[in-house]
Amino acid sequence: MINSALLGGPDPGLGVETAASHLARLGPLPQVDTHLIDVLDRSGLRGRGGASYPVGSKWRSIAGSRRSPVVLANGAEGEPLSGKDRLLMQSRPHLVIDGAFLAASALRAREIVFYIGESHVAAGDAIRRALAERADAPAPARLVSAPPRYVAGEESAAVHSVNDAIALPQTTPPRPYQRGVGGRPTLVQNVETLAQVGLIARHGDAWFRGTGPDGAGGTALVTVSAGASWGRVLEVPRGARVAEVVAAVGRPTDGVAAVLLGGFFGSWVGAAEAWGLRLDSVALRGAGRSLGCGVVGLLGADECGVRVTAEIAAFLGEQSAQQCGPCVFGLRAIAEALGRISACRSQPHELARLRTWATEVRGRGACHHPDGAAGLVLSALDVFEEEFARHTQQRGCAWPPPPQGSTRWTS
Amino acid sequence: MSLQFDRIRCDGHGLCAELLPEMIRLDDWGYPILEPGPVPGELLDHARQAVAKCPVLALRLLVARPQP
Repeated sequence: MINSALLGGPDPGLGVETAASHLARLGPLPQVDTHLIDVLDRSGLRGRGGASYPVGSKWRSIAGSRRSPVVLANGAEGEPLSGKDRLLMQSRPHLVIDGAFLAASALRAREIVFYIGESHVAAGDAIRRALAERADAPAPARLVSAPPRYVAGEESAAVHSVNDAIALPQTTPPRPYQRGVGGRPTLVQNVETLAQVGLIARHGDAWFRGTGPDGAGGTALVTVSAGASWGRVLEVPRGARVAEVVAAVGRPTDGVAAVLLGGFFGSWVGAAEAWGLRLDSVALRGAGRSLGCGVVGLLGADECGVRVTAEIAAFLGEQSAQQCGPCVFGLRAIAEALGRISACRSQPHELARLRTWATEVRGRGACHHPDGAAGLVLSALDVFEEEFARHTQQRGCAWPPPPQGSTRWTS
Repeated sequence: MSLQFDRIRCDGHGLCAELLPEMIRLDDWGYPILEPGPVPGELLDHARQAVAKCPVLALRLLVARPQP
């Protein structure tokens, strides 16, 4: 079931793959021009940062601009449960750099920025050292640290951070592809997506489609997580079932109550339904779900879903950029209500009000932070309906109380 | 024509909801909730008033559809 394309070659756990090993294994980087965009279109590759936007379309919207653009390789990875971008950067830095160089060549970019979470020290070091080994940069490249907050990787925040050292989302339009780093059209692309481009440019779009089942191809890096303290990254073919992915990392599927699919901007799915779901961004979206950044979070049957949701909602409220009223006040109110419910101290009509607030904050921020948080909360209200009823009817929580102030899922 | 908020700029003064209650109501903290879709022709004058009277210029009337 495990499919090694991005993580082919030496065990990624052994650390950085050298330039020599990378070249011997994959061959030199091909010379490319705008035709690479057609190849990406045909490949069906979609962005792996969370929004799953078609990569060819994104590049084409920039290729047509009058000013020479900037390529921003996004390795901020602010999602606490995700570890895939870090693992990729610290084990396959040359493949990530290949993708950024290919983008810069195809789009005739004048600069390349590697935007890497400042707490991802090994990843930043690996990219920095690997860049120093490269003599084939099509444009000057530099590293910029992303501060360790959830919204820092949002594309307008990434641009703002590189431009002004303020990692907060900005009002759009103009979107980064129109006006980004230094005022130039900017391709903001997740590092896993760029690494995929490094393979597609070498092997072709037909190869890429063939790496998945049924010609709907490609692989994805996913992080299977059981709270913030346990996680494993693995590469799976597009369309792999959640149960297969969990089995592949050696976790039992019994004893799991629900799955957090797509990370904190994703949704809870009851375990029985989750096992059969396929990890395919298009199919999941059709089913009202999202692959997001590829997190498969396992909620143990010994954990209270209401409490964990309250913990995550509190985290997302704190991580708001505090710029837009509905996000500042709405997420805070949602988190406080969830906190009261979780502690079995809810006020009258708390559940109805919670649902109203979560519904109302959607689409009312400069970025999608409130939408993501609201989606998670609304999915919790459905999946943990019985638990919410227990808590609000003062029948108590069925699970043993966690130690005071413990944060099992967010830190 | 459609309305669009600059959500960062908006401070929740609430004038827009007074001037265009047909399309704008306020949430529990005084921030506007916009009825989706284009502004009907008969409300365009009111929409222009709401845009002009916003103290922080957070409301705009656009010819194009708002960005997703």
